[in-house]
Amino acid sequence: MHTIASLGPVRVYNREWTYFRLVWRTAVFGSVIQPLMYLMGIGLGIGELVDGGPAGPDALGGVSYFAFYATALIATTPMFVLGQESLWPTMDGFTWSRAHQAMIATPLSSRDVALGKGLYFGLRGLVAGAGVVLVLACFAETRSWGLIAAIPVGVLTGLSYAMAFAAWVATRDTDNSFSALLRIGIIPMFLFGGAFYPVDQLPPVLEAIARVTPIWHGIELCRGLVLGGLDPATGLLHLLVLLAFVTAGSIAASITFDRRLRP
Amino acid sequence: MLESGYVACRGLCDTPVMDVRPVIMARSLVKRFGDFTAVNGIDVEIVPGEAFGFLGPNGAGKTSTMRMIGCVSPVTDGDLRIFDLDPSTDGREIRGRMGVVPQLDQLDTELTVAENLLIYGRYFDISRRDCRAKADELIEFVQLAEKRDSKVDSLSGGQKRRVSIARSLINDPELLLLDEPTTGLDPQARHVLWDRLYQLKERGATQVITTHFMDEAEQLCDRLVVMDGGEIVAEGSPQGLITEHIRREVLEVRFGYGRNEQQLPALDGVGSRIEVLPDRLLIYDDDGDAALSELHRREIVPESALVRRSSLEDVFLKLTGRTLIE
Ligand SMILES: Nc1ncnc2c1ncn2[C@@H]1O[C@H](COP(=O)(O)OP(=O)(O)O)[C@@H](O)[C@H]1O
Ligand SMILES: [Mg+2]
Repeated sequence: MHTIASLGPVRVYNREWTYFRLVWRTAVFGSVIQPLMYLMGIGLGIGELVDGGPAGPDALGGVSYFAFYATALIATTPMFVLGQESLWPTMDGFTWSRAHQAMIATPLSSRDVALGKGLYFGLRGLVAGAGVVLVLACFAETRSWGLIAAIPVGVLTGLSYAMAFAAWVATRDTDNSFSALLRIGIIPMFLFGGAFYPVDQLPPVLEAIARVTPIWHGIELCRGLVLGGLDPATGLLHLLVLLAFVTAGSIAASITFDRRLRP
Repeated sequence: MLESGYVACRGLCDTPVMDVRPVIMARSLVKRFGDFTAVNGIDVEIVPGEAFGFLGPNGAGKTSTMRMIGCVSPVTDGDLRIFDLDPSTDGREIRGRMGVVPQLDQLDTELTVAENLLIYGRYFDISRRDCRAKADELIEFVQLAEKRDSKVDSLSGGQKRRVSIARSLINDPELLLLDEPTTGLDPQARHVLWDRLYQLKERGATQVITTHFMDEAEQLCDRLVVMDGGEIVAEGSPQGLITEHIRREVLEVRFGYGRNEQQLPALDGVGSRIEVLPDRLLIYDDDGDAALSELHRREIVPESALVRRSSLEDVFLKLTGRTLIE
């Protein structure tokens, strides 16, 4: 009986996967369409203006605005998808379907539930990241082997938010504050995290804040992997920071899930 | 369904039931939520093959007790052992050997009946192939074969409850915990469910059942405790509790709302004990008809009179002064 205790999260993931199979078409479709719209709407339009501006392509260190912005999407898209996925569906397991309670009545533990949710978030992040990469592979400016390596970075970026959000959801009785969290926790990340312009353009205080967010590390690393120009030490640092966020979130979720499920 | 080590002994060595190692043993078991004490020092011992009941009104602490037994709620104080194991350290193993039907269904409503069982079986590390075979057998057992591939969402309350029961049996549990198995079901659905639980008992599974229906406790339990306010107020077999605490029959008389109590002086000496409720008087006697004749002899004419057998409801009323279902 679970002699290999580490299989517990896989069992939880297995249930989430069965649900995902009911909605995978919409998920995959969305993962391609959404980045495509952002690219067309912002990348091309603003790119025209920026690249043709007084500083020319040098403004972004020799990269076109389209490439600069497009590579950020590999990190921001999983963040958006997992931001949502870690809120309402997690609440469902606690209050509406009570699937999490059902799980802990078996040999599974509350930590298995938290980590199993994490595995599933990983899958959703993978689908989202792969969708963006598929789109970027269609454009000469962003076509590169680095796209493949950037997918897991996007997943880690999304997970940094998802695990923390899931940990927080376990402490909530209602979903009243969820939309607010997306507005204050996700949208500003998108706007100020270095997706649209380098964060050194920000006022110093905001820049300092931006540099400690997961999204900035995720974007920088994705961009570096696809467009080059990132020294390996800095790249490694970005990766470690993301891993630290995911680990901390997972530990927090294991604790809050246990408090919620085993009062 | 049964761990041979436990039960073989019962048949072979002809030992008295209490000598068998208990499946569940609780001593001065306490559960507190903050300052609030939900379970206040209960002692329980449940032996293999027994159907044991916790009977009590809402808030008595039945679910809190069940959740401690189910190893999903830490014990605040006292001792609890299940299968002779400690829930705080061996929770995983204990949970693997029992089945739980929670008070509120926890089904995956957007998946089919079969998918529910398959996914749940995997939580116990049962192989996919065994899960499939077991699921089909259990779906048959709870009489839902024609609903096998229907979404749980589309089932009636009674059918959902049966899915919960089937799911709880996927690991061939030695011990089955049923928290209010029929609350909210119509009488017909309740009887279907009782029938299934009775079959399970025949097969030898130990069952722990909570309920606030006295008829359910009478139907399903060999032995039960009456719980109120987190404490056990009585213990025994359904019939034993009735003989011990009250007379065999009850004469229920109604004199009209609010006018029952003023009849008491006139009824002095009738029956062995009289309980006053707002809408009726309950006169306990071994012979209800004799009590009724006595009323007629005294020319007391109630609006209505009815003689029935005493039930656990009456025991609860006597012990707590309240009815089970408010
Ligand atoms: N998680 C909890 N936190 C605080 N109080 C609780 C919790 N669970 C149960 N209670 C309280 O404990 C008491 C007993 O509840 P419960 O065990 O559910 O009773 P029953 O199942 O007999 O209706 C109730 O007053 C209930 O409000
Ligand atoms: Mg209850």
